[in-house]
Amino acid sequence: MEKIEKKKRSSTTVLQSEKLIVQFGGLKAINEFSFQLSDRELHFIIGPNGAGKTTFLDVLCGKTKPSSGNVLFKQTIELGKLYEYQIVRKGVGRKFQAPSIFPSLSVMSNLEIAMKQQKGFWHTLRAKLSEKDKDRIHEMLLLIGLEQESNRTAGTLAHGQKQWLEIAMVLMQEPELVLLDEPIAGMTEEEEEKTGELLKTIAKDRAVIVVEHDMDFVRKFADKVTVMHEGTWLCDGSMEEVQQNERVLEVYLGRR
Amino acid sequence: MSSVAMQIFNGISLGSVLLLVAMGLAITFGLMRVINMAHGDLIMIGAYVTYLMQVIFVQYIPEQFFDWYFILAIPVAFIIVAGIGMLLEFTVIRHLYGRPLDSLLATFGAGLILQQLIRTIFGAPNVGVQSPSFLQGSLEIFGLYLPFSRLFMIGLVIVCLGGLFIYLYRTRQGRRVRAVMQNREMATCMGISSRKVDSLTFAMGAGFAGVAGCTLTLIGPIGPTIGLNYIVDAFMVVVVGGVGALTGTVIGALGIGVFNTFFEYWTNASMGKVLIFALIIAFLQWRPSGLFSMKTRSLD
Amino acid sequence: MSYLYSKKTLVILGFVILLVMPFVLAPFNLNLLGRFLAYAILALGIGVLWGYAGILSLGHGIFFGFGAYAMAMYLTLQSGGIPDFMGWNGITELPWFWAIFSNPIVAIVLAIAVPMLFAGILGYFTFRNRITGVYFTILTQALVIVVTTLIISQQQYTGGTNGITGFDTIFGYSLNSVTTQQMIYWTTVIFLGLVFLICYKLVNSRFGKVLIAIRDGENRTRFLGYNTSVYQVIVYSFSAGVAGLAGMLFVLQVGIITPSMMGIVPSIEMVLWVAIGGRGTLIGPVIGALITNGASTWFSQTYPDAWLFFIGLVFVLVVVFMPKGIMGIIATIQARRRAKKYGKDRKEETKLYNSSSI
Repeated sequence: MEKIEKKKRSSTTVLQSEKLIVQFGGLKAINEFSFQLSDRELHFIIGPNGAGKTTFLDVLCGKTKPSSGNVLFKQTIELGKLYEYQIVRKGVGRKFQAPSIFPSLSVMSNLEIAMKQQKGFWHTLRAKLSEKDKDRIHEMLLLIGLEQESNRTAGTLAHGQKQWLEIAMVLMQEPELVLLDEPIAGMTEEEEEKTGELLKTIAKDRAVIVVEHDMDFVRKFADKVTVMHEGTWLCDGSMEEVQQNERVLEVYLGRR
Repeated sequence: MSSVAMQIFNGISLGSVLLLVAMGLAITFGLMRVINMAHGDLIMIGAYVTYLMQVIFVQYIPEQFFDWYFILAIPVAFIIVAGIGMLLEFTVIRHLYGRPLDSLLATFGAGLILQQLIRTIFGAPNVGVQSPSFLQGSLEIFGLYLPFSRLFMIGLVIVCLGGLFIYLYRTRQGRRVRAVMQNREMATCMGISSRKVDSLTFAMGAGFAGVAGCTLTLIGPIGPTIGLNYIVDAFMVVVVGGVGALTGTVIGALGIGVFNTFFEYWTNASMGKVLIFALIIAFLQWRPSGLFSMKTRSLD
Repeated sequence: MSYLYSKKTLVILGFVILLVMPFVLAPFNLNLLGRFLAYAILALGIGVLWGYAGILSLGHGIFFGFGAYAMAMYLTLQSGGIPDFMGWNGITELPWFWAIFSNPIVAIVLAIAVPMLFAGILGYFTFRNRITGVYFTILTQALVIVVTTLIISQQQYTGGTNGITGFDTIFGYSLNSVTTQQMIYWTTVIFLGLVFLICYKLVNSRFGKVLIAIRDGENRTRFLGYNTSVYQVIVYSFSAGVAGLAGMLFVLQVGIITPSMMGIVPSIEMVLWVAIGGRGTLIGPVIGALITNGASTWFSQTYPDAWLFFIGLVFVLVVVFMPKGIMGIIATIQARRRAKKYGKDRKEETKLYNSSSI
């Protein structure tokens, strides 16, 4: 607790949850989870299966509503009370576990509709791609290395490319907080490396939360790690600190 | 007071017909996400099987056994229609798993073929089926006259429901069905042949349509398009009841049956339909996925 | 790009051919073609709704019917006096909801606006709660039953199962004269072109891309910041308006509208046209409507009994084995030809073509 207090003073808090509870029937998927995230932090959440990591992301992006407690985004915005699309417009972007791009649209169109813009029907009816928009999309294509594939139907991309495209789609929204759920699942080692570097780049301008199982990956790229267990906060700190923690060892290795 | 009680009884009996029709639909939709528009036509075939049984009895069986035709028609309709259902599953539906809207359209086409088949064999005009003598007349309780035919229908639905329940929850085969219903991939990994389960379950759903067809002959004359009158109402039952739990289907059917009867009693047949539609839309504002629903984690 | 160019030329060519048809066809056949073109307009609306936004409505007969009834009511009133069936039912004074249709402009506006409004309201209450997919489809089907029974039961106001017919003039001209029918035909062709153009603009705008996105992944689209239900309501309402327009043009050429022309079976057949022509395209629905109705007319005259077998079989085969319809077959043939021309490597390439869709 002391540590959190310190952090609060040192840098701006982007996200803060207090005693968050999410209940599915009798099961408490998240139980009094308190969490804090500073700006430009690459924050990993780890924990065994069923620890509530994905559910936590679900709450942040509006897919699941909290049973009690709330999450504050940029100190004032209560995420638990907004619809998904409103949360996106406030600046929270999420990448899902399975690549969910739009297979029958081109790579270009995928990015075009993801772009930060007015997203009401009246605007999209009349919208044209301006030179500035094209530059932005091109920039993004360069970042994810798909500049050759811009007219290709997204459904025909390789698995890793789809994952990057989805990350790019999230970035096109210019979010202040990015949520990623197992971004390297199913990737080759080379792709993993590339994704890690991509995450570093992304976190230069914004806060990032990553849920990940691959410990080597976490060790390599995490600024800070939070361990969840049975819906609650277990500990946080750097990867080294977390690895030394008695309770973490207990949970992961079943040591008593 | 007695008229209200009578309406409740009528509502329940309508509800039980709806339940019988919707039961098969709920199984196939819950299990395979297939919208079987041909279900109405399977019902129609069940009704014609009953008619055929009657014709056979009149021609070949001594008159004193006539009443037995109906008792015999129920299992025969179940088996014949289940067979047709299996054929339908094999030829059309198995190509359409994962495409619910397409399954709706394709089965509609299959239904048209069945309709035309019956029309070619039996002719387009309606045919009447004579109720067996033991279902004529009515039971008098507290000044209410409850027709035996309707009581019989309610009883039949309870028997079918009980049979289905025992099958699903008390037998090995039923456990397999539920396993596939809840998680198809996982069940397949555990060595359950989902093909076999699908085929059998679809046949069973169709069989119930056959039984439903039998009971429709007690209500009035039957024609090649009789299925259409019931299929949409039955779908509404599934929508209201939700997917994956028989309880929802039961409550949905009885609810729609009772409300429908009351609305029609207070206004008229067509206004009753309008009101019940409005009520269902209103209900869905409160429970968009019906009374019971299975939650999943997948995104789309 | 030349590929796209040629497709555009073909569309324009087709349009021109339709325009000169009155000089080629006998009046009877022209009238038939005109009806089919009215159906084609309707099919375009369904094509956008189903093919692009992924919403399957089995209730478009209602919207089509409303447009048709509105026009029929106007025609009846301007042919003079209270409709016969009202007289037979002892109604001597025209009810207000009939009286307003005596003004042609009001009638035409309402024929399009009421379906749009109606679809908007139903869409709002369903899409808002994320009732989509099969659930929505089932509700639209229930809507058909409700509306048709209502029309049949309110015989004194609607003409019941007999519908409305017996009108023979429009703006003072005889509906049966060859010239009037030609004018109506041309009007239909021009509206078809107009609706096609609007749909083309619509599906190729960013709005159209969002519709495709919603079709492919509704939730995902929501997580891009789109309020998907608004898009769904709008496209549903648009498509209902198009159906109303088609209904108006239809009744002008057929001279009758009854509940059985807008019931469950016709409503599903409308979807079939789109399925046969090819969903996810705009040419597909038009071709589908023309071919299916042409075949239906010929077939049901020649082999009336076999027709239902045939249409049922086509339904099954198209949906199961060629879900992209005629346009899909054409695309496959073109792709094969291109592959032959450029060698095997190009086979992959054909998949990559993703220029604007017609």
